[in-house]
Order: sequence, then structure tokens, then C-alpha cells
Amino acid sequence: MSMSSLAIQTNEINLEYVEQVKKRQRMKNLLKGVLFLLPSIILFSAFVFYPMIRTIYLSFFLTNTSGVTTVFVGLENYINLFKSPIFLKNIQSTFLFVLYTVPATVIISLFLAIIASEKLKGIGFFRTIFSSTMGISVAAASVFWMFLFNPTMGLLNQLLKSIGVEPIGWLTDPNWALLSVSVTTIWMNIGFTFLVLLGGLQSINSYLYESADIEGAGYFYKLRRITIPMLSPTLFFAITVSIINAFQTFGQIDILTQGGPQNETNLIVYSIYREAFVNYQFGSASAQAVVLFIMILFLTAIQFKLGERKVHYQ
Amino acid sequence: MTMSFRKKIIFYVLLSVSALILFAPTIMAVVMSLMTSQDILTGSAPSRLILDNFIQTFEHFPLLQFLLNSFIVSIVITIGQILLSSLAAYAFVFLEFKGREFLFYLFIATMMVPFEASVIPNFHTIRDIGWIDTYQGLTIPFFATAFGAFLLRQNFKQIPKELREASQIAGMGHFKFYLTVVMPVAKSSLVTLGIYGFLTSWNMYLWPLLSTTNDSVRTVQIGLKQLQSQEQLNQWGVMMAGAVIVIIPTLILLFLGQKKLQKGLTEGALK
Repeated sequence: MSMSSLAIQTNEINLEYVEQVKKRQRMKNLLKGVLFLLPSIILFSAFVFYPMIRTIYLSFFLTNTSGVTTVFVGLENYINLFKSPIFLKNIQSTFLFVLYTVPATVIISLFLAIIASEKLKGIGFFRTIFSSTMGISVAAASVFWMFLFNPTMGLLNQLLKSIGVEPIGWLTDPNWALLSVSVTTIWMNIGFTFLVLLGGLQSINSYLYESADIEGAGYFYKLRRITIPMLSPTLFFAITVSIINAFQTFGQIDILTQGGPQNETNLIVYSIYREAFVNYQFGSASAQAVVLFIMILFLTAIQFKLGERKVHYQ
Repeated sequence: MTMSFRKKIIFYVLLSVSALILFAPTIMAVVMSLMTSQDILTGSAPSRLILDNFIQTFEHFPLLQFLLNSFIVSIVITIGQILLSSLAAYAFVFLEFKGREFLFYLFIATMMVPFEASVIPNFHTIRDIGWIDTYQGLTIPFFATAFGAFLLRQNFKQIPKELREASQIAGMGHFKFYLTVVMPVAKSSLVTLGIYGFLTSWNMYLWPLLSTTNDSVRTVQIGLKQLQSQEQLNQWGVMMAGAVIVIIPTLILLFLGQKKLQKGLTEGALK
């Protein structure tokens, strides 16, 4: 046997050995990876994936009061939903609510974030105040606003009275109730949105502003040409999260209006809650939940699709 | 960058007016919680400040029990989230194995399922395993979060790979490396996630409403709803006192951790 062929042979043995070790290493890594992820996977399966599938399943059935399926009804729950004027109204209210709350929340928070991003003495104090509503729970915020909306003692009607305007039934007048709940929601969500946008503003490279200063650019020019474009990914995130939050609104409805007056504020999550846990119609409630799920899925998908494209200049 | 005096004044005016409007409901609540019901009913300025409302909320309601429950629930959820998120983030950064990509997308997928849409089967699950009115029923469903895993993954990625290689040479296993190197290095992000987790758990509303039927484990948010629905119309002072007590822990936490939170939210959100 010549020297060279021997070398090749040992090389082959080595390669085989290396392959084997690699394979074993991969198996070991797979095992470890799964082990590290197992707790999350188990809980996600039990409390996210299984319930989702189960909700879809339930939506094709009628159930008894404890949630056991009794009769398979196919798409009947869905057909009934979209024939029901109340459900259609709830969907309409939910979309109106999104329209009332999201632009206002984002615009106000953006304004606050812009004025709070200046380097001024004592700015920390203002930032703390602006973010404060994030620390105020939905139950507490609802109690605050319940008093503000109180027809006789409430601050809002007191103000109206002092300028000679008729008092308004903020939470009892069908024309006003959804708007009043929206105002409460905007107030509650400002804290979080403000913090997100402020973070976005502060991660903009200050070099951009410095070169604009050298060019002699004015405040509003910089705002329009640097701040807003550079902030667009954060802004986009803030808008999507606000929309999803608006779809999921529950607490303030439960405390302030219970869906009334005349179903004006019966937003979709509240409607699901009533149908399932007050009327015990789990099948029909599940069908509503599937509608909610599809709406949110759609929005999240857009967020990922567009977000991916915009993230490059971060 | 220096600012002209005039510009500074404009900013301070804008900041002050905004702060006043935004904080007005909170200030109103605090003042009302210290007022007599007579002053509140007549709509006059407080003639004197009293603590009676606070004493009454504690006397008429098992508020102390509710507060304790909320603390237990929030702290347990926070610890659970930190633990599970950091383990998951570690796997996504330091372990290379087949199917990692798939699991990563699985985590992303969970963000698309709103809790509110899957609350019916979750309620049935908790009921069927006898977890209604228990701390585990209130906490365990919230341990796993994709947001937490992504936030920490972002942070773990910044740990130099050489550190892992060095530890491997020293014969350190993955779990030891995770516990003794990664966790201490990522302390700041863990704190951020902790603050966020505590805030959201403390303020949870729908789930505690469904999964508690008596006062034994009921959280303070649901207690406040009870207080609100049971008190008579002229007891606004007591209600406000209850609300003020509920927001104090989260406001303190927010004031202390605002900077961290703001940084963390943008990092976890965007990358």
C-alpha cells in the first residue's frame, strides 16, 4: 500500500468519525433546545393553540350551560350572527370605536413625545407624568371617569353648566356613550403609546439633526423631514398595537356602560363575554370569537408584512 | 444644541399645560379620596382633608386580602415570565438545532391569538382541572410570552459568542452558562421585562373576573369593581380612595422604571 492511499483511507475514517460526532452533537443540541423551550411550548399548547382550535370547533356546535357540545349545527352560528342586527351593530360599534380611539391616541401621544424629547431641565418630570396613565389600571381609570361623566356631580357637566350649556348624559345618551368610553380609552392608552414613541424618537441618530442644523434648517422642517420619516417604523408599531388593543377592549365597558345604552357600546369582546358567561351560549360566543380572531390575525399579518419592509433603517 | 429663551418658554408652556390636562383626572381622584362626602356632594372645594375614606375602604372591604392576592399573582406571573422567556430566548440564541426556525415562527404565531378570543376554552380548562379560585389558575396561563422571549433574545444576541466558546473550553454546560453568565449579563433586560410583566399582571381584568368566584384569591381590580357596583351614590370618596390604593404600587413602579421600560418597549417591538 502506498503512502498516499493510506492517507486517504485514514482521512475517510476521520471524516466518518467526524460525521458521527457531529450527528450525535446535533441530537444532543436538539434535545437541549427542546428542553429549554419545553415549558413555553407546553403552556402555549395548553393556553393558546388548544383553545384556538377548540374555539373554532365549538363555533360549529350548540352547547349546554357547562359548555359540553350537544348538537352539530355547521355554519348556523355564523349565519345567525350575520343575520342578527345586534351583532352587526356590535361590529359597527367596534369599528367606530377603533376610529374614535386610535388616531386620537397616536396623534396626542406623538405630540407629547415630541415636546418631551427636547433636552430641557426637568424634562424627566414631564415624561413621568405623560407616561403615568400606563400605571393606572382599567378598573381605576373607569372609576375616575365614571365620576367625571356623572350627570349631576361630574366635572364635565359642571363645566357645561358654568358656560350655560344643557347637561349631557355622557354614559346614558346613545349619541354620547361610545364617544365617552372612547375618551376614557384614549386617556388610558396615552401612557403606553407615549413611552413607545419617545423610545423611538430617542433612537434617531442625533447626527442627522446636527447636519440639518448646519444647513440652517428650521424646527418644523426637521420635524417633517427627519423626525417623522425616521419614526415611521415605531409609529407603525404604535398604530397596530393601538388597533389591536381597541379590538380587545373590555374592562372600561364592563364598568362604565355594560354595553348600553341600546347596545351602543357593546364592543365585540364584551359581546363575547355576555354571550358566553351570562347567556351560556358557548357555540355562538365562539363564533364571535372566531370573527374577532380573524380580524386581529389580518391586522397582525399586515403589521409583519409592512413592518419587515420598514425595519431596514433602524 | 442650545435653544433660544423664547423657544424654551414655549416648550415649558406646552409641557405644563399638557401635563396638567393629562394628570387632572388622577389629581381629582386623589383630592376626592381625601374629601368629606358632604364636600363632594355639594361640589365645593374641600373644606378639610380627611383619611376617613381610606379607613372605610379597608373596613368595609377585604381590601387588604385583595391587595395581597394581587401582589402574589403579579409577582408569581413576573417570575414565571422571566424564567420561561429567558430559557426560550437562550435556546433561540445559543443552541443550534433542527426545527429552531419552526419553533421561532410558532412563538410569533402566538402573538396573533388574542387572549380574549380564546378565553372560553381557557375558562373551561381551568374549571375542569379545579383551578377556579386558585393562584395557579390566575397565574400559570400567563407564564409563556412571545414578547418576553423576543425582548430577551434581542439582548442575548449582544453577548459575544466568544464567551460561550470560552465557557465550552472550560467545560461549562449550557445550563450552567445560562445561569451563571447569561442571566447576570442580561440583568437590565430582565428587570425591564419584570416591570412590564408586573404592570400588566397587576392591571389584568377579564381573566380574574372569570376565574375567581369569591374573595379568597380575588385581585384588587375586581375588588374595585365590586366596590364600585355596591357602594351607594354618595360614597364617591370611598370609591376614589379604593382606586387610589389600587394605582399606588403600579405608579411607583412606573416612576422608578420608566426609562428602562421605554428602552425595552422599543427594542422588543421593532427588531
